[in-house]
Amino acid sequence: MNRRVFLTTTAVGAATVAFPAVLRAQSKDPIRIGFPLPLTGPFAAIAGDMKQGAELGVDVLNAKGGILGRKVELLVRDDQLKPQVGAQRTQELIEKENCQFIIGGLAAHVQMAINEQTKKAKVLFISTSQSDEISAKPDTSPVTFHEALNPTITSRVVGKWVMENLGKKWWIVYADYAWGKQNNMVLTETNKKLGGTVLGSTPYPLGSAEFSAHLPKIQAAKPDVLMAVTPGADDIAFLKQVKSFGMHQQMKLAKPLHWISVAKQGGPELYQDVYGGINFYWELQDSIPEAKRYVEAFGKKFGIPPGDYGVYAYSAVLEVARGAELAKSTDGEKVAEALRKNPTYSHVKGKQWWRACDNKSFQDMWILKGRAPGQTKGDWGLLDVVARVPAAEDMDRTCAEKGHTA
Amino acid sequence: MPDISLAALAAQVFTGLVLGGIFVLLAVGLSLIFGLMTVVNFSHGALYMLGAYFGFVLMGRTGSFLVALVLAPLLVGVFGLFVERFLIRPLYGRSPDDPLLLTFGLSLVLVEVARLIWGKIGVTLDPPRALAGAVNLGFTYFPSYRLFVIAVTAVVLVALWLFLEKTNIGLVIRAGSRDPMMVRALGFDVGRIWFLVFGIGTGLAGLAGILAGPMRGAYAEMGVTIIIESFVVVVVGGMGSLLGAVISGLLIGQIVGLTTFFAPKLAEIIVFVFMALVLLFRPSGLLGEAGLLE
Amino acid sequence: MKRRARGWVQRHPVLCFFVVFAIFPWVVPYKSLGSQVLIYGLFALGFNLLYGYTGLLSFGSAAYWGLGAYGTGIALAKLKVTSLWLALGIGLAAALVGGALVGFFCLRRRGIYFAMLTLAFAQLLYFVGFHLADWTGGDDGLRGIAVPAIGIGSWRLPLDRSVVFYYFTLAIVGLAVAALKRILDSPFGAVLQAIRENADRAAACGYDIARIKHLSFVFYAVFCGLAGALDALRLTVVPIESLHWSTSGQVVIMTLLGGAGTFFGPFVGAATYLVLEDAISVWTESWPLAIGAIFMAFVLFLPKGIWGTLTGGFHGR
Repeated sequence: MNRRVFLTTTAVGAATVAFPAVLRAQSKDPIRIGFPLPLTGPFAAIAGDMKQGAELGVDVLNAKGGILGRKVELLVRDDQLKPQVGAQRTQELIEKENCQFIIGGLAAHVQMAINEQTKKAKVLFISTSQSDEISAKPDTSPVTFHEALNPTITSRVVGKWVMENLGKKWWIVYADYAWGKQNNMVLTETNKKLGGTVLGSTPYPLGSAEFSAHLPKIQAAKPDVLMAVTPGADDIAFLKQVKSFGMHQQMKLAKPLHWISVAKQGGPELYQDVYGGINFYWELQDSIPEAKRYVEAFGKKFGIPPGDYGVYAYSAVLEVARGAELAKSTDGEKVAEALRKNPTYSHVKGKQWWRACDNKSFQDMWILKGRAPGQTKGDWGLLDVVARVPAAEDMDRTCAEKGHTA
Repeated sequence: MPDISLAALAAQVFTGLVLGGIFVLLAVGLSLIFGLMTVVNFSHGALYMLGAYFGFVLMGRTGSFLVALVLAPLLVGVFGLFVERFLIRPLYGRSPDDPLLLTFGLSLVLVEVARLIWGKIGVTLDPPRALAGAVNLGFTYFPSYRLFVIAVTAVVLVALWLFLEKTNIGLVIRAGSRDPMMVRALGFDVGRIWFLVFGIGTGLAGLAGILAGPMRGAYAEMGVTIIIESFVVVVVGGMGSLLGAVISGLLIGQIVGLTTFFAPKLAEIIVFVFMALVLLFRPSGLLGEAGLLE
Repeated sequence: MKRRARGWVQRHPVLCFFVVFAIFPWVVPYKSLGSQVLIYGLFALGFNLLYGYTGLLSFGSAAYWGLGAYGTGIALAKLKVTSLWLALGIGLAAALVGGALVGFFCLRRRGIYFAMLTLAFAQLLYFVGFHLADWTGGDDGLRGIAVPAIGIGSWRLPLDRSVVFYYFTLAIVGLAVAALKRILDSPFGAVLQAIRENADRAAACGYDIARIKHLSFVFYAVFCGLAGALDALRLTVVPIESLHWSTSGQVVIMTLLGGAGTFFGPFVGAATYLVLEDAISVWTESWPLAIGAIFMAFVLFLPKGIWGTLTGGFHGR
């Protein structure tokens, strides 16, 4: 035992004797991370993956002794995909359960309601799903962090790749709500900027999966690529109808985002040759060591490979820990400062970093393509990795565009 | 480009027919139940959803769409019988709002149960191979399965009409919706008839569900928006009027289809605007009778 | 419930209300829950006036809650109004106008047609709110609501602490409760209940029931709107779900759980619903299943609701 260690240990020992109550009380109280997410409702499958990702993160932390020597607890609550419930659960987690950190939210509108509560209480919040607004004024705050991708990033990245690889004449079909509209806008911008043409842009009411009205028109216009901004169950209905009209043989099909659970439910017959972007896919274990560790640990704990959104939750939990250790505190603003000062991290898919002005995480993306029915690998190997797009800050809007003056 | 427009428009009319068909099946079921029992069945949408899921299970078990098409509505109808016997009948004699409230609660329960049993994402139903292609209608290609839906709806409606007009039970049902007191006075067991009618009505909802399944997939929330639209259809047609439900269903199917085509942003609102207008000028709906729990 | 205690409660409902809710935040697991109970209790109070006392079942309460919420929210977030009272006033005015207009149309029909019309107008408003995203934020919700401090002269009381906000809400909701008492005690209140019992007979007695129903509808809208406005302040966000029919359904459930046609039923129902939701959500994912089943059980076996059963039903108090 060298002198340094000896002295440190003695000092710590002395401190323990001198302030027994404080030290013992501190190491007794667990660190609580609150996690509202829609365990019921149409996105419950994705929420399930997120819950598992977070649970794995907490296991990893506790195996290493927790955060600041304290055990970590994850408190999961159902927000029913409703903003009011999300806000209420957050209030409960902060006021009744004394959570020091909040992660979560699936869907932009719920995240933002959660964020209003964490802002007020000055609790660090790491958001784990898509939203363009949460890192911009007026929603953002020093303690609001955004781990997930957003419509601007996904549509710019996928849009550019599609322009360079699939074709320049597009038709876009998009769900008529915030996420759909944002994707449509960014896709159109990206296409125009790179010298393409958007032959048409068709909105449809979210959840009303009736596309056959529009399909003959689209067929007649003969685009190179049909871009589908169709979330969840709508996507499956859309692909079914497109294929029943034979359109997959006349044009390429692409979407800004693939969801693994939806692709699995739709099956390879529907998803064959459909291109889309994603933040994480379990087959990346073949090329990225951190991914391999995550996929193996996840498989061991849950018996299935991890999905896409679970990675956001896993990362968020580990970032909470890293920030708290750096700041030596659980105070939201101090941890936020620490993360901004030490922005680089890599928990699961390679280098990621926080941008200082808006607490936005920048990360690599991949383009995936659906495999043909005979070529899938087991139940979950439905997609092929086609390209990697390395992280860059021009993927997202600039700080100024988001209203940050600094 | 007039050719394309006309062809697209014509395709749109057919699409409206498909949508109208689903609406009609749901609205006729609702109207039948309401006309005879003055019960507003808020769980109708959830039963539609069950029809789709039962169809999924049956197709999985038997590999036959036809079997599923016949059995799923029957199963939903039987389920409806249980609902009438144990949940609705105890409310007889109480406030007319009570069955509405009860079936509202039931719809919440059924959606959650479906999610628990069949998973949170929903399931895919495939139309049978024979119907998977498209038919050349001359002005456009139209998916065969959708034509099938139109055909089935028409056949079922004719069968229902024959049942109500030409059979004795049908006669009693029609009499009962006009004057339940009298029918009871004449010695008929009105309770038995209600039982049957609720089963038929809910069976129609189940049929609509399994017909819709291969077009859109089955998921727990699928009944949630369509129930509101179905109520609009029934109210516009006139509560208790079956012909009204048919006309209204087809009309609203077209209206929604055409609005989606020409002015997509208005598509969701148009149903309600239309209903408000109709009720303003014809308070009991197109073919409803004044005084029937107006 | 003991006879004398019950009698006393029935004679001094407003006082009882204040006493109970003054200590309420210390009784519930956390203070924000208390504010939520007050606000939803007020919402149910408004619904109860229309359903429990006048006998009209509306499935469109979300419209007035939403008008109140968006009115106040837009005043603060978009119009940059600096006075909290003015913002509340705008929300109330929006709900009042909405109620007056929609009530005029819906009340031309009775029974199930009336219910469906109220639902239809609420849905209309929902889709309008959804698409007027520049004003309402669309489905992202209205954010950027800065709640001004209240004050007289140079003294300011900011409302961001849970406890402070609770007592502020208590004051406002208390005023509403007192107002309701006045309404119910008046001849107008008596006619409302006569209409509920037998509208034709009330008409035969010479009352202008159309006008009275309309006025009741307007009061209902104003109470719902006030509740919505307060919730906008509580959450500092107005979600589009405020206008969705599930919000309308929620208030129906709460009122029935508590006891329609009773004075405290709405608050008992709101408290029961919210405390249950809080407790059950910790244990299980299927809250909607639980509440649906509980609601059905109440309709079948406890139609008078909790408070109604304890106090013996429609007493109008």
